[in-house]
Amino acid sequence: MAESADRPGDADALPSLEDRRSFLGALLGLGSVFVGGLLSVPLIRFALFPLLRRTTEVKSSPVGELNEFSSLAEPVLKTIQIEQVDGWRKTISEKAVYVTKDSQGRLRVLSSICPHLGCTVPWNKEKNEFICPCHGATFAPDGSRVSGPSRRGMDTLETSVQDGQLQVRFQYFRQLVSDKEVIG
Amino acid sequence: MHSNKSAPDAAPPARTGFRAWLNHRTGLDDLLRITLDEPIPGGARFAYIFGSGLLFIFISQVITGIFLALYYVPSADHAHTTVAYITKAVTAGSFLRSLHAYGASAMVVVLFLHLSQTYIYGSYKGRRELLWLSGCMLFGLVLAMAFTGYLLPWDQRAYFATAVGTNAVSEVPWIGESIKRMMRGGTEMGTLTVSRFFVAHVFFVPALIFALLASHIFLFRKVGAAGPVNEDPYHPKQKAEPFYPRQVLMDLSLTALLIAGLGLLCFFVPMKLGPPANPADAQYIPRPEWYYLPIFQWLKYWHGSAAIVGVLVIPTIIVMAILALPFLDHSVERRPWRRPIAMVAYAFVVLALLGLGLRSQYLDRHDPSVAQQLAKQKNEEDEYARKPFEPELSAASLAAANVTLADPLAAKGKTIFEANSCNACHGDGGVGTAAAPALIGVSAKLSPDQVAELFKHPTAKMTAGGMPPIDLPPDDFKALIAYVESLK
Repeated sequence: MAESADRPGDADALPSLEDRRSFLGALLGLGSVFVGGLLSVPLIRFALFPLLRRTTEVKSSPVGELNEFSSLAEPVLKTIQIEQVDGWRKTISEKAVYVTKDSQGRLRVLSSICPHLGCTVPWNKEKNEFICPCHGATFAPDGSRVSGPSRRGMDTLETSVQDGQLQVRFQYFRQLVSDKEVIG
Repeated sequence: MHSNKSAPDAAPPARTGFRAWLNHRTGLDDLLRITLDEPIPGGARFAYIFGSGLLFIFISQVITGIFLALYYVPSADHAHTTVAYITKAVTAGSFLRSLHAYGASAMVVVLFLHLSQTYIYGSYKGRRELLWLSGCMLFGLVLAMAFTGYLLPWDQRAYFATAVGTNAVSEVPWIGESIKRMMRGGTEMGTLTVSRFFVAHVFFVPALIFALLASHIFLFRKVGAAGPVNEDPYHPKQKAEPFYPRQVLMDLSLTALLIAGLGLLCFFVPMKLGPPANPADAQYIPRPEWYYLPIFQWLKYWHGSAAIVGVLVIPTIIVMAILALPFLDHSVERRPWRRPIAMVAYAFVVLALLGLGLRSQYLDRHDPSVAQQLAKQKNEEDEYARKPFEPELSAASLAAANVTLADPLAAKGKTIFEANSCNACHGDGGVGTAAAPALIGVSAKLSPDQVAELFKHPTAKMTAGGMPPIDLPPDDFKALIAYVESLK
């Protein structure tokens, strides 16, 4: 084993076997840590994918052509298709929304879900109001609260315009509270 | 650690601090010394590197397998989508999946080299029967892992290769059909097959491998390394060299080669995922993975009443002969040139496997219709691989989609359903909520007249749940009933 260390003359000039073995050990240890670290990069990237990219999202859905709403006299009901992506699957569902105008005359899209307890709110042409059939909450044409049990006005949805198309991103909001709070 | 000139063979210097404490509690230093000081008679050699290479690939397979399970779902309707998601959407997914898939091939290659080295060096001799047996069983288990893992992506290739593989089993007389059904979870391949193969691949077989691997290493250390071919297998006489450092370095060179080789392969030629399994595709020509080609070709030669010979008798004889080897061969002679029968038998088996595999390839290339179909299948695979990932449409969406296809009366009913806030309690598309039951499937239980009756006069239970009697113009009422009846 330790030929070099057996000869006293060489012992000072050459590192001892023990030294060489521990130097090699340290080198191997470092090498293993380095290679192990390198190999774990793809594993970490793979596992952290949900942090790097969106894995769940609600895509914005087209509501209709902008000029279709240019001469809007009262809220109109539109059925939109929303695509919810959830990892490797997606759900396409239909939701009813109202296209209306705010006090400054800008287009606004309202969720048809009552902020009180979640019934679908119909537009009442005769009374020029939204009237919820469940508990009688009423809302003005721009969606603001008029009367009844709801603590806030109808919920406005995030809109955008793409190639002359009105787009909306559908969201659900917590019911029975006075502030709009997204729940997914 | 420190220079220890005076007594290099004495015990290493006592450790202090954390290392000493850890060693005191765990005995780590002793364990490390036992591992690294394993004596190798005749010294370190490159011929002995394959065992630890296998261990490395196995660990790599376990780790990549666990990570793949983060996204994989074992069911016939999601397996392919989730593997496509891994391959096409998840960062480093294609690389990891390739590492796992090519790792299986690497495992078979290194296993073959390990087995060949053991056989040619006569390292199974000298009280090593159990070591040999556990190794043989591990070989079988690795092939079982390859077979069960192959199905899991549920693409065309996987589906049809496994259909053929499980069909071959049914050639076994009397119990073959039952074994096939047992493996498939029924007479046909389906979602139960995926579950069974998944459980075998992820729980059952790995558990056996862990147990046998532990016994294999334990038995190896108990009996000791056999050393070179001119060493006495019972009482090694040659000067021993410890495992560390030279043999460790040699072993690591194989590991480095495997890392580099697999890494480059997976990066530049990632494993492809083909289009999803389509059992109705009558044209598809199944071909197994390369290491199963010899068996595949072999089975082609045996038909009808002779099948039992080819499928059962001959393979059983070969397997029994391999298992019984250390029990039959008692001579201490290990030099290959003094064991002509053993070497001829080895050459014969290897050449037969090689010949069968090449024959299968040759036939595929020289039959125009087969070659054309195989090329077509490859094209379909390439085409599918290029497509971006498309998420699977969930079942809930289908209910919504069905409605848009329904007749105009039902479509009108849908707007009435929504305008009257029926969906507030019964859910969109009548899927049901906590407040009220689902309406999907009502048509199977109730006729339109019965539904109309309930709409006009809800039962006491319905009223208690908040269901009001419905008062609509007759046309709207009819449309609403048509819609509710259409919910399936």
